Amino acid sequence: MGLVLTQEQQLLRDAAKNFCTQHAPVSVLRHLRDSADSVGYDQALWQQMVELGWPGMAISETFGGFDFGYSGLGIVLEECGRTLLSSPLIASVLLGAAAINRLGTSAQKKELLPKIVSGELILAFAHDEGPVHRPGTIATTANRQAEHYVLEGRKCFVLDGHMAQKILVVARTSGATDELCGRSVFVIHADQSGVSVHRTQMVDSRNCANVVLKNVVVGQESQLGGAEISPQDLDLVLDTARIGLSAEMLGSALEVFERTVDYLKQREQFGVLIGSFQALQHRAAIMYSELELCRSAVLAALAALDDPQRSANDIARLASISKAKLSETAELVSNEGVQMHGGIGMTDEFDIGFFLKRARVAQQFLGDASFHRDRYATLNQF
Amino acid sequence: MSALQSFRETAREWLEVNCPPSMRTPMVQDEIVWGGRQAQFKNPDSKLWLQRMAAKGWTCPTWPSDYGGGGLSVDQAMVLGQEMARIGARPALTSFGVSMLGPVLLQYGNDQQKAEHIPKIVRGEIRWCQGYSEPGSGSDLASLKTRAERQGDHYLINGSKVWTSYADKADWIFCLVRTDLDVPKHSGISFILFDMASEGITTRPIQLISGSSPFCETFFDNVRVPVSNLVGQLNDGWTIAKRLLQHERTMISGFGLADSQADRGGTTSVLASPEKAAMKYRGDREKLSDPVLRDHIARFKIDSEAFSLTSHRAVEESKQAQGPNTTSSMLKYYGCELNKRRYELLLQAIGSQSLGWEGEGFNDDELRIAREWLRSKANSIEGGTAEVQLNIVAKRVLGLPDILSLLNK
Ligand SMILES: Cc1cc2nc3c(=O)[nH]c(=O)nc-3n(C[C@H](O)[C@H](O)[C@H](O)COP(=O)(O)OP(=O)(O)OC[C@H]3O[C@@H](n4cnc5c(N)ncnc54)[C@H](O)[C@@H]3O)c2cc1C
Repeated sequence: MGLVLTQEQQLLRDAAKNFCTQHAPVSVLRHLRDSADSVGYDQALWQQMVELGWPGMAISETFGGFDFGYSGLGIVLEECGRTLLSSPLIASVLLGAAAINRLGTSAQKKELLPKIVSGELILAFAHDEGPVHRPGTIATTANRQAEHYVLEGRKCFVLDGHMAQKILVVARTSGATDELCGRSVFVIHADQSGVSVHRTQMVDSRNCANVVLKNVVVGQESQLGGAEISPQDLDLVLDTARIGLSAEMLGSALEVFERTVDYLKQREQFGVLIGSFQALQHRAAIMYSELELCRSAVLAALAALDDPQRSANDIARLASISKAKLSETAELVSNEGVQMHGGIGMTDEFDIGFFLKRARVAQQFLGDASFHRDRYATLNQF
Repeated sequence: MSALQSFRETAREWLEVNCPPSMRTPMVQDEIVWGGRQAQFKNPDSKLWLQRMAAKGWTCPTWPSDYGGGGLSVDQAMVLGQEMARIGARPALTSFGVSMLGPVLLQYGNDQQKAEHIPKIVRGEIRWCQGYSEPGSGSDLASLKTRAERQGDHYLINGSKVWTSYADKADWIFCLVRTDLDVPKHSGISFILFDMASEGITTRPIQLISGSSPFCETFFDNVRVPVSNLVGQLNDGWTIAKRLLQHERTMISGFGLADSQADRGGTTSVLASPEKAAMKYRGDREKLSDPVLRDHIARFKIDSEAFSLTSHRAVEESKQAQGPNTTSSMLKYYGCELNKRRYELLLQAIGSQSLGWEGEGFNDDELRIAREWLRSKANSIEGGTAEVQLNIVAKRVLGLPDILSLLNK
C-alpha cells in the first residue's frame, strides 16, 4: 500500500535531503525576503532542481519526464518543506503540470509538459476568486465569440502569478456561478493584452498574485482538453495538488517539531532541562502521535495517486483526510514550536517564525481543515 | 499468481466452507469465546468454529506449527485477517494467552514450557489471567510487593494482586513476583506461571461502573509453585513484563480500529457508526442536520482512518524490526482516545435513548451502547494509563530526560 518507502525511494529522499539542507536552508528564504527579490525564488537553485529532475518526477517518459510517480514527487516536496524551499514546484509542477497531464489533449501535453520538465516554462494556476477556497463557485467567465473565447474576471491567491509565463485560468463557459458543471481551464499568456498581474506580499514570503482579466481574447486551442471539464476531473487536479501540498506541510511540521524537541533538550530552567517538565513532555508526545498519523495519511494518499486501480472518489477522500489532518497538525505544531521556545521563538532572527507563517498560508491554500472535514463528510454521505 | 495470492484463494475457500453462518454475524458480548477448562458456548457454532480454526492453528496464525500455531508469515496472517473481515467472521478465540502470554513465552520460555503451554493456548484449552497490578503498584508497577521465596524445588508465594481481569474464571495466571528485596526495584522481579487451582488462592470479584464485574482482587497465601514454572532468568522478569506490555498495548490499541472495521465489513448495526446513528435518530436523509456534530464526527472519522493506516504501517515496519516496538505506546494512547471519542459521539448522536440503564423503553443496542460507553473509559487506564504511554513516548521515542530518575536522585 506504499506505507513504507522502497529502497529506491529512500535513496531519492536522502538525495533530496542533502540538496535541501546543503544548498537551500531556511536562510535562502530569509535572504529572498530581506533583499525584496523580484522573482521570489532563487533561480540558480531552481536550475539545479531541474537538473535533478524534480519537475519531471511525476510526468511520464513520453513527455520527457521520469515516471517516478507522485510518491517520488511527494518525497521531494517533504524535504523542500523541511527547509521552506521556495520554488515553482507547487504552482508550476504540482498544479500546472498535473492539470495539463489530467486535462490536456495530447497536442497540449506534447507542447507544454516537456518545457515544464526542462524548467523553461513556469506556470501558475488561477483558481480562487475570494479569500476563502470555494471550488464550486467560479464567476470568471469565458464567452465564446466565433473562433475565440473572451475571458473576464478576477483571481486571487495565484501562486507564482507574477512571474509565470503562462497562467492556467479556471473560467466558466456555461452555467451559473455556483454550478459544478460548466467550468473550463484556459492556458493564457501572462503578458497578453487584458491580463494584469499584481504581486501580493504574503506573510510566508513566498510568491502570490492577484490577476485581473479584462477582455482577454484567446483561441480555442487554449482550452485544456478542448472541452468543459467534468467536476470530477477538476477535483482530481485540485486533489493532486492538495496531496502534494500535504507532503510539503508534513516536512515543515516535522522540522518544527524536531527543532522544538531539540530545544527541550538544550534549554535549562530551574536547574534542569525544560524537556524534563511533564507538561511539555506530554504535549510533545501528543504532537509526535499526530505527526505519525499525518505521515500515514500522506503516504497512503500519494500511493493512491500512482495507483490506476483507485477511484477518483478514493483519491478525493484521501486528499481531504490528508489536507484536514495536516492543516490541523501544522497549526498545532507551529504554535507549540513558538510557545516552547519562549521569547526567542518570537524573534525574527530565529527561524521558527518562518515555519509558523508558512504553515498558515499552506493551511488555507486549496482548502483549510474545516473545508476538508465538510467535504469528507459529504463524500461519506453524512 | 503470487504465492500470497494463492494463499488468499486457499484461505478464502477454506473460510467459505468452514465458517458457520452464525459466526459471520457481529459478535455479541456473551458469545465471546474465552476458552478454558470451564469454557461455555452459548452458541454451539462457536465451539465448532473454535475447533476448526484451532486445528489449522489459525487462532494464532503466526505462531510456529511445531507448537500447534498456523506457521504463517506476517503477510499471510494479514491476508487471513482481511479474508476474515471480508465475510465478517468473528474471532474464533479471544484470550490473554493468545494476545499477551503466548508471544513472550515463545520468545523467553524454555522448550518444556513452550511445549506444555503453547498448544493449549492455541486450542483455547487453558484460560490465562494477568497478575501484574497490586493495591500499591499501578502505574509504578515495578514497586510490586508480592513475594516469591525459594523453598527447595518450590517457590512460596504470598501477597495480593488487584484488577486481575477474569481471575475468577481463569485456569492459570502469569504473575510478577519479587524475588530479591535487596536490589533496585526493577532488578528483583521474576515472571512466573501457576495454576489458579493451587492451594492458597482466593479471588473476589469487583463490580465496574458499567455494571459487569470482570475483574477481581486476588490473594495468595503460601501458594506453592514449582521452580520450573519460572520463565526466563531469576530476577530478570521486568524485561519479560515490559515485552508483554508491548503486546498488550498493541492489542488494546486495536479498539481504535473498531469504527473503520465496522465500516468495511458493513455487518455491524447502525449504532456502530456515529454518523449513521446521528442521522437515524434525527430522521435525516442526505445530510446530518446538526452541523457541529457533523464536524466533530468528520474529525473523528478522519483521525480514525489515519490511525488505521498508521497501525498498518506499524505492522509493515515491525516485519523488519521483529514484533512490536516503542510505537506500541503511541498506538495504545491514540487508539484508546479514539475509542473513547467514538462512544462520546455515539451518546450525542443517539441522545437520551443512549442513556438507559435497563428495562423498558430502550432496545438492546441502546442499552449496550450505554454499558460500552462506560466500559470504554477503562481503555486509557488498563494496560498502562494514557499518561504513562505519553511518558514512554517522551522518554523512549523522543529521548527527553526522565523526570522520575531526576526526582529520585
Ligand atoms: C478494566 C481494567 C482491567 C484491568 N485488568 C488488569 C489485569 O488483568 N491485570 C492487571 O495486572 N491489571 C489490570 N488492570 C490494572 C491497570 O493496569 C491499572 O489500573 C493501571 O496500570 C493504573 O494503575 P492504578 O489503577 O493503580 O492507577 P495509578 O497508577 O494510581 O494512577 C492514577 C492516575 O495517576 C496518573 N499517574 C500515575 N503515575 C503517573 C506519572 N508518572 N505521570 C503522570 N501521571 C501519572 C495515572 O495516569 C492516573 O491518571 C486493569 C484495569 C482496568 C481498568
